[in-house]
Amino acid sequence: MSQTNGQTGGQTAVHHGRTLDLKLCIWRQPGPRAEGRMVEYDLPGVSEDMSFLEMLDLLNERLIAKEQEPVAFEHDCREGICGSCGMMINGQAHGPQLGTATCQLHMRKFNSGDVIEIEPWRAAAFPIVRDLVVNRSALDRIVEAGGYISVTAGAAPEANIIPVPKPVADAAFDAAACIGCGACVAACPNGAAQLFTAAKVAHLNLLPQGQAERFSRTEAMVERMEEFFGSCTFHGECEAACPKRISLENIVLMNGDYVRAKFKNRRLAGRR
Amino acid sequence: MIHLDPAVPDGPIEQKWDQHKFEMKLVAPHNRRRFEVIVVGTGLAGGAAAATLGELGYKVKAFTFHDSPRRAHSIAAQGGINAAKNYRGDGDSVQRLFYDTVKGGDFRAREANVYRLAQLSVNIIDQCVAQGVPFAREYGGLLDTRSFGGTQVSRTFYARGQTGQQLLLGAYSALARQVEAGNVELFDRSEMLDVVVKDGRACGIVVRNLHTGQIVSHAAHAVVLATGGYGNVFYLSTNAKASNASAIWRAHRKGAALANPCYTQIHPTCIPASDEFQSKLTLMSESLRNDGRIWVPEEFGDPRPPNQIPESERDYYLERRYPAFGNLVPRDVASRAAKREVDAGRGVGPLKNGVYLDFKTAVERLGRNTIEERYGNLFEMYERITDEDPYQVPMRIYPAVHYTMGGLWVDYNLMSTIPGLFVGGEANFSDHGANRLGASALMQGLADGYFVLPYTVPNYLAGMLGQAPIPADDPVFRAAEAEVADRTQRYLSTGGTRSVDDLHRELGKIMWDNCGMARSREGLEKAISEIAALRVEFDRDLRVLGSADTLNQSLEKAGRVDDFFELAGLLCRDALHREESCGGHFRVEHQTEEGEALRDDDHFAYAAAWEYAGPGAEPILNKEPLEFDHVHLAQRSYK
Amino acid sequence: MQQDQSSAPLRRVQPARRRWPWPLDLYQSAVGKKWAMAVTGVMLLGFVFFHMLGNLKVYLGPAQINHYGEWLRDIAVPALPRTVFLWLLRCGLIAAFAVHMHAAYALTRMNHRARPTKYASERDYVAANFASRTMRWTGIIVILFLFFHLADLTWGSLNPHFVRGNVYHNMAYSFSRVPVAAIYIVANLALAVHIFHGAWSLFASLGVSNPKLVAFRRRFAVGFASIILLGNISFPIAVQAHIIEDHGSTPYHAPTEQGR
Repeated sequence: MSQTNGQTGGQTAVHHGRTLDLKLCIWRQPGPRAEGRMVEYDLPGVSEDMSFLEMLDLLNERLIAKEQEPVAFEHDCREGICGSCGMMINGQAHGPQLGTATCQLHMRKFNSGDVIEIEPWRAAAFPIVRDLVVNRSALDRIVEAGGYISVTAGAAPEANIIPVPKPVADAAFDAAACIGCGACVAACPNGAAQLFTAAKVAHLNLLPQGQAERFSRTEAMVERMEEFFGSCTFHGECEAACPKRISLENIVLMNGDYVRAKFKNRRLAGRR
Repeated sequence: MIHLDPAVPDGPIEQKWDQHKFEMKLVAPHNRRRFEVIVVGTGLAGGAAAATLGELGYKVKAFTFHDSPRRAHSIAAQGGINAAKNYRGDGDSVQRLFYDTVKGGDFRAREANVYRLAQLSVNIIDQCVAQGVPFAREYGGLLDTRSFGGTQVSRTFYARGQTGQQLLLGAYSALARQVEAGNVELFDRSEMLDVVVKDGRACGIVVRNLHTGQIVSHAAHAVVLATGGYGNVFYLSTNAKASNASAIWRAHRKGAALANPCYTQIHPTCIPASDEFQSKLTLMSESLRNDGRIWVPEEFGDPRPPNQIPESERDYYLERRYPAFGNLVPRDVASRAAKREVDAGRGVGPLKNGVYLDFKTAVERLGRNTIEERYGNLFEMYERITDEDPYQVPMRIYPAVHYTMGGLWVDYNLMSTIPGLFVGGEANFSDHGANRLGASALMQGLADGYFVLPYTVPNYLAGMLGQAPIPADDPVFRAAEAEVADRTQRYLSTGGTRSVDDLHRELGKIMWDNCGMARSREGLEKAISEIAALRVEFDRDLRVLGSADTLNQSLEKAGRVDDFFELAGLLCRDALHREESCGGHFRVEHQTEEGEALRDDDHFAYAAAWEYAGPGAEPILNKEPLEFDHVHLAQRSYK
Repeated sequence: MQQDQSSAPLRRVQPARRRWPWPLDLYQSAVGKKWAMAVTGVMLLGFVFFHMLGNLKVYLGPAQINHYGEWLRDIAVPALPRTVFLWLLRCGLIAAFAVHMHAAYALTRMNHRARPTKYASERDYVAANFASRTMRWTGIIVILFLFFHLADLTWGSLNPHFVRGNVYHNMAYSFSRVPVAAIYIVANLALAVHIFHGAWSLFASLGVSNPKLVAFRRRFAVGFASIILLGNISFPIAVQAHIIEDHGSTPYHAPTEQGR
């Protein structure tokens, strides 16, 4: 009944763009304790309109057809917000397009004949589960240590009672835009999660609502972070890898608040 | 037949909830630790419910199949959240939000639930602001709002184009706090594959660990499902790839009625599919319709690029047909209008499968900076996907499956037809009727999670004081585990030739072509037989490689698609039985002369709650009559 | 703490800590160590700067620089006995070096544990620069050079013509040897690179986050590193270019009471 719909396109299986012939080198590792290695695959006929993950879908379909196990990789929303996807593409976290998660990277950024090397995130805190899938739960442990404002459901005051200056709300939002993909850790030569933690800390510490727990939060989150991750040496690789362009300045804020937490007489915190 | 008791409290609609809160039974604080509650799903509804129940002192186990609660698909909601705060003084009120929601839902929702939702909307904003959700602010520091499709007041609170993300992070942070405090035990990477019912009550669930393949039972006094919608039955939708219906379908098979599955919302502003490899469709927030103008060329198959088509040869069809609401008509109306243009051959883009959403006038009127501030991230996303600059060239959009109003039938307490099994968020059917208004999904999820379930679940628990949960090694759990293991093994041992995705894509095409934006008896009957045939193919020719004891993504998908097959059949049957057009359900046989939806209130003013009758058997229809005492039944008009 | 359900269990880089007494609990953390490195870094930057500034007196001739050398020993006399203040400064510097190096060592170990496996493919760095990636190597070069420098011009053990108190003579002789001049130039290049990243990142470690300072931080780092580099390498170059030559200079002798 419907002659044309958003769904198929398959009726007119015309690639209206270029097609690419690629060689992929992908890290294959059957399990957490197994040995892994880079494996080469030829993948001809990739449309430039495909997203990077659709390119991997295509590879997997072809592998399944050849009775080979598909490449495991995490993905979910495919619109750059859930933070599930993420891989090292040619030595760059999330690949060559800055400010873009892997799912939003499109094949038109590559050329026919390219060799694309794909690896999982690497850090001690991100043990490999399988192929390109790593365990990023350490990031949740950091949030659990203090990444919240304690407010009982129903006990909240009227929303407009505390005005929040627009620049403050904007800065808090910029930090809160973090999608928790782990690219910052993957890109950091030290395996540090400073940018992730700082984004969470800055989001809450910048807002008036977050002031009551500001120092205990910073202390708890930084110390939890350091159980799993390395230290920050301000290379700035995390900022460059971040699909949400979270600023390095958040780290500066967090460091300041951490040191202050250690020196501050907190009984006086209410006096400003 | 199931007895459907909506359990709506007596009294005037404004006082029902308050009165009900007073009448419900309480559990004393020292007794709360003795009650165990399972919450499946950690999106807005599930995350908020788990956090709040944990905070109250109940022993909560929260389950997510993701690696972290923060990845639930609530995160992808863009536009905003409605609340009757009336901060603008533009005539909004609880009453008006209630009215808009019932009317927007095309008079197929339960009034009492919707009224409660409108009342609670106000508390949600307070709660979220206190949690640190960085909502948009005006320069004076107060909260900003914007208008949204289907309404004439500005009541939508937003955080740029990432409202869902910010709200979910708020709920997630509340959950994280309870996890750290030990009140909530979090089971990540655990997919629920069955609900366990004993003596007529829900007593636990069976989950499969997606990394180790281990199948484990968890027992509790009550189970809350907040596992989202089933839009992925269409394969291509704006849902996340892993969003699935398995939890609600398994509950349905265990006796929970599934209501109104045919109410599927097609969102008007998505990026059109570009080729057969397309794995999902990307939504462009509906807020774009505030400033963008929708048009198609007047000439059929006009080959000219959009900017070379003069004003006089453009048809701004929404503004022409609905002068009062213009580009801001509700989603179902906008979607059908776009389909009509494209079907008529006036579609645009390389595949002629879209319409233009043009910002030229808005940029001229407001300046590029304002547009950038409002929609910058959306424009950027559009450019990344299509390689076209929407500041220069009009966007191309087309409707796509977005939200499912149907879901498990629940009473006023959000309890399904299985006692002890509660359902929140998109997984239930309660509040949106046949069509959901923009920015109302977040509102409903959070209302259920923060403010409804934390009252109604304890009311149920109070009656079970002194009873231990049925132990997780009870034979009823053992049997469920064995069945789950069998099913998993069956996918692996089929040994056919077709991948799960391949079969899923074909199912989706059947659904979209016959049960999408426009449905007919003929098409639906065809779909039902095609789905059955494809299901046989699935059972015979599926190829899932690897094993069950490691991370195996094909195996996960196989189980989900298997359940989609059964759900698809029910969806088509529901669409077939509903001989009217309303909201997200449009039957070509039932339309006005102008092509608008034609409701049949005399015969269909009820919620269709389907009961599972066993494998292969025809499902049993139960009806919950809907009464409209406060909003008068009327033909919707947005002219 | 919550346990995840993954088949790949999380490993800790370091165990949950026992809390040390204040203010050691700050130093116990990596952020605290970075803060300590920044504070000691500021002290060392101050030393390097004034050391360079004082040495510029060499261009004013032997009497000036040798007098300056003696004055350093006389600071705070008569409140303190001669050389006591200088030793206090030296102790402070030694402590700063010790803390700076200990923190660097501890953090390096931690970072190696946090990132034990390299990527199989070649990393394509976007933001990290040569300076940031070579801090530990430039630091090691600087510390080795420091001992050479002390042995050469303070203790005199590597300088066969060393004359205690005759700074001008010692410098001029030492830098006249081509290999020594080369060592000084290379070491100061390393120092400048080290200072460049250090002077930039110390603001971050200290938590100085005013956005108005963002542009200033970079300029400060470039400016400071260049001044130190130019000042310090000018000495061996000046000697090699015969701009500085020793024609029988003598150590500074304080004028006697009678002489005054």
